[in-house]
Amino acid sequence: MNSIPLEVSELSKSFGGGRMFPWQEKKEPIKAVDNVSFQIKRGEIYGLIGANGSGKSTVVRMISTLLTPDAGSVRVFGFDIERDELEVRRLLNRVSPDPSFFKNMSALENLLFFARIYGMGSDEIKRKSFEILSRLDLGDRIREPMLHFSRGQQQKVAVARAFLTSPVMMLLDEPTTGLDPASKLEVQNFIREVRADHDATVLLTTHDMDEAERLCDRIAFLVNGRIVTEGTSLELRSQIANGRPVEEISMETVFLEITGKTIEEDEEVLVHG
Amino acid sequence: MASVTNRAFGSGSSWALSMAFVERQTNLWKRYWGWELVWLVYGVVNTVAITLIADQAGAVSGQDVSQFVLFLLIGTLVWAYLSAVLDDISLVVQWERWEGTIEHTLMAPVPRSLHLLGMSVFGILHGLIRTVLIFAIALLFFDIDFGNVDVLATVAVVLVGSVSVAALAILAGLLPLLYPERGAQMSMMVQASLLLISGVYYEVDVLPAWLQVFSFISPATYILDGIRGAMIEGESIVDVADTLAILALFGMIMVPMSLWAFNWAERYAKRTGKLKRMG
Ligand SMILES: Nc1ncnc2c1ncn2[C@@H]1O[C@H](COP(=O)(O)OP(=O)(O)OP(=O)(O)O)[C@@H](O)[C@H]1O
Ligand SMILES: [Mg+2]
Repeated sequence: MNSIPLEVSELSKSFGGGRMFPWQEKKEPIKAVDNVSFQIKRGEIYGLIGANGSGKSTVVRMISTLLTPDAGSVRVFGFDIERDELEVRRLLNRVSPDPSFFKNMSALENLLFFARIYGMGSDEIKRKSFEILSRLDLGDRIREPMLHFSRGQQQKVAVARAFLTSPVMMLLDEPTTGLDPASKLEVQNFIREVRADHDATVLLTTHDMDEAERLCDRIAFLVNGRIVTEGTSLELRSQIANGRPVEEISMETVFLEITGKTIEEDEEVLVHG
Repeated sequence: MASVTNRAFGSGSSWALSMAFVERQTNLWKRYWGWELVWLVYGVVNTVAITLIADQAGAVSGQDVSQFVLFLLIGTLVWAYLSAVLDDISLVVQWERWEGTIEHTLMAPVPRSLHLLGMSVFGILHGLIRTVLIFAIALLFFDIDFGNVDVLATVAVVLVGSVSVAALAILAGLLPLLYPERGAQMSMMVQASLLLISGVYYEVDVLPAWLQVFSFISPATYILDGIRGAMIEGESIVDVADTLAILALFGMIMVPMSLWAFNWAERYAKRTGKLKRMG
């Protein structure tokens, strides 16, 4: 196992071009991820930011071994996602934007299953589940069917599911979307904590620019499947400062300018609309 | 770091990984006990109704139909068992698609063979329990002489035969990986065809010749044949050895084939983005 938690090299993925049988009609493929390269250092929280459909989740899915790249490679601690699939899977876990559970089973039954398939024992799972869910204010509802939970509560259980297996590489795809401010803070503290306690490395996507700025050591911007820029939030702000004082530039402005959805355009819409 | 990776790589025997699926299915089954009751009632009614056809035949012809009664009873029970096993295992992908859990299950560090083994173990146990219950209740309706039954031979045929049935269910269950919209319907058609070709309610000899070709390659044909031999003719384990050998051969061919096909289908789904589209 080498020491670079995540190495993504020249990764590309298109959808819809292929066909199963030669007689099927060939459609124009959608290029979801286009020649993406980046590396994450040990213990780093690395943000992947971009507009809807820019390819963030597709990158996360390829790293999670759920999608095969068309080109390029991904290595997790030196293990190749295609050649060493099982080794990679042991090292990572993921929070997906939609909290996906067996809705009729209780939170605990779900967590038992999703952690046992990572090789954990029942007693340890029960203890840790209770611990994590208590911190997220759900400790007393652990035996209730997931069906009874609100979306945000389900999202909390999804966060618990990922942290339960103590992954060394954590893939967080919009982990705090739909959470109230207090729960959001609690999850963000969690993320920092696992980084500190378990020496975990984190890849985070989010649409919350404050969150990105507060949590991420470095941030990459995806536009139409390509990384257009990468750096610390300070570096990104100075990139677009153009003479303006850096402190006055918000991450929202950085987002709008880098993704090409500039303020000017918005103003134009206002004027003409 | 070392401790984290040790944990990730070290613990969890293969059997424990498979049992995680058995435990999950058991938990799901408990939550859906109402459906279990529905299937039980349906199974009993179906078994009794079809077996009564034999009684009717006896009343019309005035002949002794006790063998025919047993023939139909075994047919419906074996079919109840086979469809329970096929239903359970062939939902391996589709069920998790409905729930939305498919990606989280498939990305776990479980070799696919152990995942499918767990699903198969639960499917077979579940099918056995349900069928034994249907059998016990159906017995209240008939006066049947089981003097001839060779229990050991019967159990042997059921167990050896279940292996290839599980493999068949896995083959049906992978279809939703290839066709997210229509795969589940296609799985059901596989199951329906099996009912026609395997001689559940009649000897396969009565089928048109071209259909008998399919009977020949359906493991269910041999399971029914073996069980009827053991329960009606009182054939011993030695007498059904031929049938057992054929069923074992089916298993040896179909198990690797189903695993290979499932892996292939999973790779196809991962290449084309068909595992899941949301998020
Ligand atoms: N399984 C799939 N099949 C077909 N097209 C897909 C699939 N997954 C993603 N796409 C397409 O690839 C592009 C990138 O999608 P992706 O989900 O990666 O975006 P995203 O950056 O995560 O967006 P969001 O912020 O809305 O979550 C989109 O155009 C999407 O329609
Ligand atoms: Mg996304």
